[in-house]
Order: sequence, then structure tokens, then C-alpha cells
Amino acid sequence: MTTAAAPGKERKLVDMHWDPITRIIGNLGIYTKIDFENREVAECQSTSSMFRGYSVFMKGKDPRDAHFITSRICGICGDNHATCSIYAQQMAYGIKPPPLAEWIINLGEAAEYMFDHTLFQDNLVMVDWCEQMVKETNPAVLAKAETTAAPHSDIHGFKTIADIMRAFNPFTGSMYKEALHISRVTREMFCLMEGRHVHPSTLYPGGVGTVATPQVFTDYLVRLMHVLDFVKKVIPLNDDLFDFWVDAVPGYEEVGNRRILLGCWGSFQDPNYCDYDYKTMDAWGKKMFVTPGIIVDGKIVTNNLVDINVGMRILLGSSFYDGWENEQNFVNADPLGNPIHKSHPWNQTTLPHPQKRDFNGNYSWVMSPRWYDKRSDDHLALDTGGGPLARLWSTALSGLVDLPNIKATGSSVKINLPKSVQLPEMEFEWKIPTRSNTIERDRARIYFIAYSAAAAIYFLEQAMKEVRAGRTKVFNDFKVPEEAIGCGFHEAVRGVLSHHMVIKNGKIANYHPYPPTPWNASPRDSFGTPGPYEDAVNGMKIFEENNQDNFKGIDIMRTVRSFDPCLPCGVHMYLGNGKTIKTVHSPIFAGSAK
Amino acid sequence: MAEAKAEGVKEVHVLWISEGMSCDGDSVSITAATQPSIEDVLLGLIPGLPKVHLHNKVLAYSLGGTSKWGGPDDFLAPFRKGLTGELGPFVLVIEGSIPNENIDGEGFWTSFGNDEQGNPRKLTWWIDRLAPKAWGVIAIGTCATYGGIHAMAGNPTGAMGLADYLGWNFRSAGGLPIVNVPGCPVQPDNFMETLTWLLFQAAGLSPMIPLDAQLRPTWLFGKTVHEGCDRAGYYEQGDFAKDYNSPKCQVKIGCWGPVVNCNVPKRGWMNGIGGCPNVGGICIGCTMPGFPDKFMPFMDEPPGGTISSAITGVYGKMIRKLRAITNETLNKEPKWRHNRPELTSGYSPRYPQRKGAE
Repeated sequence: MTTAAAPGKERKLVDMHWDPITRIIGNLGIYTKIDFENREVAECQSTSSMFRGYSVFMKGKDPRDAHFITSRICGICGDNHATCSIYAQQMAYGIKPPPLAEWIINLGEAAEYMFDHTLFQDNLVMVDWCEQMVKETNPAVLAKAETTAAPHSDIHGFKTIADIMRAFNPFTGSMYKEALHISRVTREMFCLMEGRHVHPSTLYPGGVGTVATPQVFTDYLVRLMHVLDFVKKVIPLNDDLFDFWVDAVPGYEEVGNRRILLGCWGSFQDPNYCDYDYKTMDAWGKKMFVTPGIIVDGKIVTNNLVDINVGMRILLGSSFYDGWENEQNFVNADPLGNPIHKSHPWNQTTLPHPQKRDFNGNYSWVMSPRWYDKRSDDHLALDTGGGPLARLWSTALSGLVDLPNIKATGSSVKINLPKSVQLPEMEFEWKIPTRSNTIERDRARIYFIAYSAAAAIYFLEQAMKEVRAGRTKVFNDFKVPEEAIGCGFHEAVRGVLSHHMVIKNGKIANYHPYPPTPWNASPRDSFGTPGPYEDAVNGMKIFEENNQDNFKGIDIMRTVRSFDPCLPCGVHMYLGNGKTIKTVHSPIFAGSAK
Repeated sequence: MAEAKAEGVKEVHVLWISEGMSCDGDSVSITAATQPSIEDVLLGLIPGLPKVHLHNKVLAYSLGGTSKWGGPDDFLAPFRKGLTGELGPFVLVIEGSIPNENIDGEGFWTSFGNDEQGNPRKLTWWIDRLAPKAWGVIAIGTCATYGGIHAMAGNPTGAMGLADYLGWNFRSAGGLPIVNVPGCPVQPDNFMETLTWLLFQAAGLSPMIPLDAQLRPTWLFGKTVHEGCDRAGYYEQGDFAKDYNSPKCQVKIGCWGPVVNCNVPKRGWMNGIGGCPNVGGICIGCTMPGFPDKFMPFMDEPPGGTISSAITGVYGKMIRKLRAITNETLNKEPKWRHNRPELTSGYSPRYPQRKGAE
């Protein structure tokens, strides 16, 4: 995005910062310079200041410990890490779990998406859009909402848009409270499959320990059916609210808008095809029930997991790490003979070097993941759209998913949900939007809850088929090889997730997880490519009605939260200065950072 | 604070800092609690509890810590008021392990907000100042209690638990030791129940919380996993799972349950659902001070368990045989249940019976 002020013109900028920002998982600070005269964010920087060191302390450990340890990377989607680690281990050990185990993991992960999206959207994100907040930031919009009828009130029961906003007031609003309850029921579904939330107990390389009697599936099914009413209600409810903002506040669709550069690494394995062999990864990757893909300007660049893997690059920014140019190379070529770059996760060596934060020098615990596009020689700063936007976009465009209740059409995803306690059978269609912006990231999240519910119904049928046929084996034994490599690709709730492992002498020689947040919040890299947050917030118009004295920064916070930041991913980031602005004078609030 | 205890406080703030080295999994975990739920506590649905003001990053209404020092929107305002005593009685909850900030030169491992110069304010700065002023201090999760994952061998940060940092003899302003609620993550209800006890205690309604030597609530951590595990019966009979397909006792495939203090198999993970060895997940000792190193590699048989399971293997087999005989008997109905034209239950009827029944 470009700024309204002419280059070189002196601007009056005000420093505003939020550190730590709330209602996300982990440690994130947002530092901005705001041009209140032109109602615009001139500059945005983000920083996170914590180092935990997973890739350091995993060296030399037993490879079978990897999923138990890496689950602890994240406190809201740790199971995504455990699952991804198991995928990587299975490739390294050359094993394939029994089909029932795959259906059980798919059911667990579907419940995780349902739980996490519900809790994050309705209890964390929606507080930014609730009546109490809008009253403080945009009273004129609230007044309009009071008199605007909600188009889908027949389904969700809220008469006006303001009623919807009230329902999300924290701890008192009816939807806020119902979402907390639903987030518990969906977590119970998760625990039925993976033992405990958020660090699963029953996942192992080679399968699961879950006791696959009919009981766990019945218990899951009954809960799922009771959740469907909520799912059917929240989609039209979110549509009503977001459509209202776009209508009522002209230009709001520009909030958080950025070039369409989306990545999705695929989710839900199909045991009929997936054998965890790297050499056939392209084929079985395309059979995943969420299709992997890299989308640039609305077009698929690739949906081949091998291409995705080979193109990964980790660039060293101005971070508290030393480079690894002089360290050993672990993987020169992948099993298909493709050369593997020195800056690929398989070859990364993490060398932390703590030092004083210096915004003109080294200021961060981050490295910048990029995807190398050989067509253009660009290192693409992909984002995940907070997860669901990229998943739905990639699945829709590839048009490969064709289940009884989910169809990818090439331009949309159709999701069918059966009859539930209060509501009849309903079909929802998520259509590819024209923008990759704050509202579409938030809207996609709600649709992906329905996608997960519909997928879970299919997985349940497949699991029960196995059980009824007496195929109840859930684990295949294996031996850890002395030397091996593996990689796992999965979708964490908030987007792309990869684990890369190298085994030497039967121990972990190298292990690098790359979760979504480093992609989304990465800094301007050595090639000058800005990161997604920077893109999305720099030059953004301010729609908040408050002036400088009582400014809350709601539009900025909505944008940052739309990416579903999840900082415990163990990597820490700083958004470099996107542009140079001639600053004459920055009045600073008492006590603020200088 | 002694007076406050006698009279009971009417309002309590909970200052929750999750900027220890953690995954925030404990903050997320408590949103799963139902016994009681977080909203039960905040909305005053537990009779006798003081009014509770929660300041937790994940569940806050505020948008963040702002540059407006102490302003109403500022997430950090109550924490700053805690420093100066303006806040009133508060419980300090620390989530995540405490890094050793003595070893990083001019750098830092983890911080919470900024100082007046705009430099990251280290977590340890806050702990040093807030802990002695807190009515009570709770360490939530295994990272904050004992160091946990970040404190494993080969770690670069020198991470430790809160009691290692403040000292095991630390006493809060309310005269309490640190209260440790371990678990990776914490079992949701275990934490909420501990918090509830402390809130009752602050209100003057319950005595000093009973803690063991590792500062854990005794009623939650006084038993082992094995003692509460529904697979323990297999152990007794010397009947062990050989791989993860089996619903039998998992001690030979990595379960540490017999020697780990934790109530999860008994209580389930949430609402009685899920757990660890009870549902097929080996106990990796995630509540324990020795976690994780003393339990790794997780999927191998615990070395100390071979002797006891070998002994059980011998007598357990005999028990199993004898029980199989009894079990077979018990699976047969008593012989007087039949539809023949006679009563053989032992009852002597006094009424005249049909002809032919005699």
C-alpha cells in the first residue's frame, strides 16, 4: 500500500505502541507512527522478545521424542506440531500407520480447528468488534448498527447488527458465553481422539494409542451433532456483521489489505494414498483433504509439496543470531535429486547470540522464512491469511477435494451440514474473495469451522467402516534408522506448518519447525522484501473516530489479530522499517518509548 | 495482610504474567475448566468468593499495554499499580519458566512491556518487585513450577522454575509459600480448584492451603498416576501391552505412571474425558520436577520398572489364571433360572400349585 502523503513532505507523526498486545497467544509488541492529520498509519513495527531455543536443545535427543517435545512449542495448537512431527518421523522411519490411526488423527485435528477457531474468533477477535468496543471507537457506526436489521436474523436470532455486537461483549454477551461452551465441547471431541488438549498423549510415530472401540466414535459423533447448530448460526452471523462494516464504513475493505501471496501446506491425510515416501509426496499431497498450494495474485503457482519443500528459504535478518554459512551441510539433495539450499530448514544451524536491542542494528529473535519462486527469482513473503483464508483459497482453486459433503469447485468451496437439533440441513458456499484483507481473514475462519465439521463427518464414517470390518489396528511398529531425513507438512490452525528432521547415529542431528507466525510476521529481509504485517498495516487508513488523545488503534489491532498471531512458535520477529519518512517532530505521550 | 486474612478481603485482583518462557498453554487450558469455570469465578457464581478482577493477556478486554502510562486502556496499568501498592490485594500468577538473565550480557531472553527508555523490561524485573507485594503467588504449569521443557539439558537460556528463582522458602505478603500447580499443560480444573481455594483463603473462609514439599496442593498431587489408572488392574495381573495397539498396562512401552504424582487418569482431562495411560497415552511425567530429562527417551520402558514388573509378571500370571476360573464361573447364571415347570430357587411356596408342577 502507498501512503497518501507525498514523498519528502514533512509529516507530523505520533509514536503509539501496544506491548504486549492482548488476546493473542504469545508475546507481541506493535510499534507505530501515526499521521493523525491524514488519518493514516505511517509506519508499523512489530517485535517479540522471547527466545526459547527448541532447535538448539533438540539436538542429540532420541528422534521418537520429537513430537512430545515440539508439541510444547504452542499452547493452543501444540497438537498440530505433534502431528506434523509424526508425519516427519514416519517419513524418516519409512513407516505408514494403519488407516484407522490416520482417521483418528484427522478427527482430532478437525476438532482442534473447530475448537481453536471458535475460541480465537469469538472470545478473542470478536472483542474488537463487540458493542462495548465499537461504542468507544466508532460511536457513529454503532448508531447505524442499532438501526440496521441483520439479514439472517431468522437463522441466528439477532434482530439488528448492534444486537450481534452486544452478543460478543466479553463474559456477558450470549455468543461470547456460548462460544466458550462450544470451545469446551470441541476440546472434549479432541481429547477423545488425542487424549489431552493441548499436548496430546496418544499420538506416536506409527499410529495412535487411542482405544478404537465404537465408544470413542459414538461419543465424538454425538458431540459433533450438538455443535452443528452453533456452526450453522455463526456463519450467517459473521457474514451479517462483516458485510455491515463494508457497507457502513466506505473503504473498510482496504483495512489490512495486501497483495494476494498465500501459502497452504495441506491438511488431513488420506490413508488410501499417503505412504510418507518423499518420492511420491507430490501425488499423496494432492490427495490431502485440504489441498496444499502457493497462490500469487490469485493464481496457483504450485500445489506440489516437493516444489513447496525445495523452495523454502530461511533468511537471516537483523536478528540475534549468527549466520550458519560456515556450519556443516546436512542435506545436499532431496531423495528425488533436487538440490537443497544452504538456507533450507534441513541445513539450518541455529546459533543464538543475545544482545541489546538496537532498532538500527540487531533487534529481533527472528529469521525470515521465504519461498523461492524460480520463475521470477523472487523470495516471496507468503502469508497464511491467518490459516483458513489460504486453506480455503488453495482448496477452492485446485478443485481436487470432492467429498459427499465438501466440494471444491475451482472458484469456491461448498460445504454441506446435515440436520441438527434446531436447524435443518444447510449448505454454505465460501467464494474466493477479491481481496486478502482483515475482514476476509476473519470471515474465512468461520467458514473453516464448517469445513472441519463436514470433514469430521466423513472421517467418522471412514473410521467406523474400519471398526465394523474388524480392522482395529492403530499402530505399526518400527525401528529408528541410524541415518535418515524426514519432513512433515501440515496446517497449524493459523497456517502453514513444516517440520524438518535429520537423524545421524540414531539421534536428532538437526530439527527445524517452521510454524505460520514467522511467515506472517517476518521482517523486511536481506532482499528488501517486506513481511506480510508490514504490507498490511503500513499506509493503512484509520477509520477509528477517536482523535489522538483517546486513540485506541482498533483498526491496527483488528488487522494484526486477523492473522491469528501465535508467537510461542519460538521464533521472534521484528518488522523492519518499511519506508523512510522524514519526521520533523513526534509528540510523544508521557512515558512512551522514544 | 494478616488482618486482611482474619477479616477476609472483598475484592482480589489476579495479575497473570505469561511472559515466562512458555507456550501460553496454561492460559488456554483454564478456558477449558468447568469445575469451576473461569466465568463462574469472574461473574461471582461461587458463594463466598471475593470479587475477582482478572488481568490475563489472552482474555483481556484491553487492546494491549499502551504508551499512555497507566491509562484506562492500558493492559499494564494494574501491573504498575501492583508495584506501588495502589491495586489492593492481588494474587500473582506466573506462567512459563524463568530464564537466567545473568548469562546474556546486555541482551535478554524474555520481557514484559518496556522501561521508561523504551528498552524491553525483563520478566525478572517484574517478578522481583511484584512477588513480595502479592498476597499469594501461584506458579502455573510445569515450566513455571520446575523449569519444564525449556530447562532441559542442552538448553541455551539457563531456564528454571519460579521457586528456583525466588527461593524455596519464599513467602508472599500474605505469608504463603509459592503454590505450584504443575502439568504440561496444567489440567484445567486442577488450577481453577487451587485458585478457588486461595480465593476462599483470602476471604478468610478456608485455612492455609495444604502443600507438599514440592509446594503442590496435596489433594491433587498426593497420589500417583498408577493409583488412579484404570489399567492398573492389568499390571497387578502381570499383563502388559507390548505395543500401542493394546488397551493393557503400558509400563513396558514407556509409561511412568507408577512413580508420577498426578491425578489425570482419575480425573480425566476435561469433564472426565481423555487423559493419559487410561486412554492409551503413556505417562511421560509432565507434572514432575524431573521432567523432561529424567523420563527420556519417552517411548522406552522406564529402567527402574523392570524389576517390579518382572515380579508382577510371575505372581500376576497365577492371579490371572485363578481369576480367569472365577471369571468363567461368574459369567454363568445360577442354575435355578430356567423355564421348566418347577421352582428350584429354594423357596417353598404355601399356595396350591398347578397340577403337574409337583
